[in-house]
Amino acid sequence: MGSLELVGWITVGIVLCALAIPWFLWGNSTVVAGLPVWLWWHVGWMGLASVVFRQFARRAWGLGIGIEPGPYPGPDSKQKSKPKPTGAELESERRGESP
Amino acid sequence: MTLSAQLGIIVGYLVLALLIGLSAYRLTDRTAADFYLASRTLGTVVLLSTTFATLLSAFTFFAGPNIAYHEGPEWILVMGLMDGIIFAILWYVIGYKQWLLGQQYDYVTLGEMLGDRFGSGLLRGLIAAVSLLWLFPYVMLQQVGAGTALETLTDGAIPYWAGAGLITAFMILYVVLAGMRGIAWTDTLQGAFMLVVTWVAMLWLLTAIGGPTSATAALETEAAAHVALGSDHYTPQWMLSRALVIGFGVAMFPQVNQRFFAAGSRTVLKRSFALWPILCVLLFVPSFMIGAWAHGLDVTVPADGNVLPIVLTEFTPGWFAALVIAGAMAAMMSSSDSMLLSGSSYFTRDLYRPLAEFSSRDVSERREDLLARVGVVVFATAAFLVSLVNPATLFELGDAAFSGFAQLALPVLAALYWRRTTRAGIGAGILLSQTFYLLSHFTTVVPGTYAGWTAGVVGMALGLGATVGVSLVTTPAAAERRALYFDGNETGAE
Repeated sequence: MGSLELVGWITVGIVLCALAIPWFLWGNSTVVAGLPVWLWWHVGWMGLASVVFRQFARRAWGLGIGIEPGPYPGPDSKQKSKPKPTGAELESERRGESP
Repeated sequence: MTLSAQLGIIVGYLVLALLIGLSAYRLTDRTAADFYLASRTLGTVVLLSTTFATLLSAFTFFAGPNIAYHEGPEWILVMGLMDGIIFAILWYVIGYKQWLLGQQYDYVTLGEMLGDRFGSGLLRGLIAAVSLLWLFPYVMLQQVGAGTALETLTDGAIPYWAGAGLITAFMILYVVLAGMRGIAWTDTLQGAFMLVVTWVAMLWLLTAIGGPTSATAALETEAAAHVALGSDHYTPQWMLSRALVIGFGVAMFPQVNQRFFAAGSRTVLKRSFALWPILCVLLFVPSFMIGAWAHGLDVTVPADGNVLPIVLTEFTPGWFAALVIAGAMAAMMSSSDSMLLSGSSYFTRDLYRPLAEFSSRDVSERREDLLARVGVVVFATAAFLVSLVNPATLFELGDAAFSGFAQLALPVLAALYWRRTTRAGIGAGILLSQTFYLLSHFTTVVPGTYAGWTAGVVGMALGLGATVGVSLVTTPAAAERRALYFDGNETGAE
């Protein structure tokens, strides 16, 4: 999973946040089918957000998290609180997961 | 509709919820992971509803329609952005990572997770203490909400203190008996119930007043500014401030944050993630539009009254209004019991146990278990007593709690994704932002707004600045485990 992909998804996330409120309709009071048009925009946008989130969950889940998932669930994948390591490298080595 | 029949519906509903909790109790192991996390086995429907029902407190049910009534329905946009999008993204960014770490290291609380990474019992205690501080007004919010709702519904026959007392008694009983599994089960019932009941309430109201077109036309005649997007009240800074503060705050609420550890599998997290925006629209649009439309109708809402019960009492039969209030009280109960449960786990695991171990006292499982339950009773009772004094409106209480929790979010995000975060850095970030927000909230030394932005958002920025700044100029303490949250070869997060 490349950093280009990460940047792409971050951009998508920012756009989703940025337009959930339709700033371009500021002051607009047009009513369509009993509701303000800006409310319809919001309803549609949330639908779109759900579709985008589903796509993300299917195609890119795990991106940017920094840890590879272990073999969950299962009791043997759990490690109890461990002795203090001497250094950061040792710690990651001990957990022994390859990316 | 007689008073006793209305009360019968409300108490009947609360008892039903309690019975479900008790049947879950019979499945409960007597271990902390089960009591607090239902042994990390929650499925999609249950996890989603329990998180959702937890979010749906008196703040959503009463404060939301109130604000839509007084200022217009733009509040739907704020809540949609914050709950449906910002929180969903944090669900992944914070939640999924916490879930992975929890699976690997058996964490039960946020303080435990951070204390382990930074090798600091003090940090662990600090996070628990800050969380408990902000949990208090939010538990109060539920009690104030229940008290006023019952008082309105029964025209004052049930006084405020009795309504607030009723919900307090039920939530104590509930948490002490049922644990996370019981709470999750009833939340599923309550989430579904509230969704259905809100839609029925809106349709009922619309039928009574001639459909959405005439309802909106009436609103436009009464207050044209409410139909137009934005107003003196809803400025862009105000809307964004609220959305950011509440969205980030929600992720740090103990009862929500702890659910990040409770998911049964990755699939559960993925599904819930995609459903957030839809659920928000389904719930917020009807409940807040009822409040907004009420402004164009011939109802009078006193300054500190809740619009939702008033409208329902006016336009729907008494039994239905009672049913909705029952649903709303159930919503408050499911928020409060989750909060109390998580609060008690923060208290026993992150404050009491480390202190007892420090003073080399023996901490038996039994004693801890007892203490957790006693803590719930003391906390809920104290919040009840303060809520009798009723010093603030629902919105103010909720806002204070969300903003207070939001101050934790950015230092925690830095810790999760930036290896160079040091113990001194995250400590400084938390202390500075909390001090700043407390001062702005309780004193006039620190102003409450900055060019339209609230102190909550400014405090978040300060907290992030302090975390990063102090981390850059300090070296990590010997006990820190900087790679704990990362894989060996992962460099992208540097």
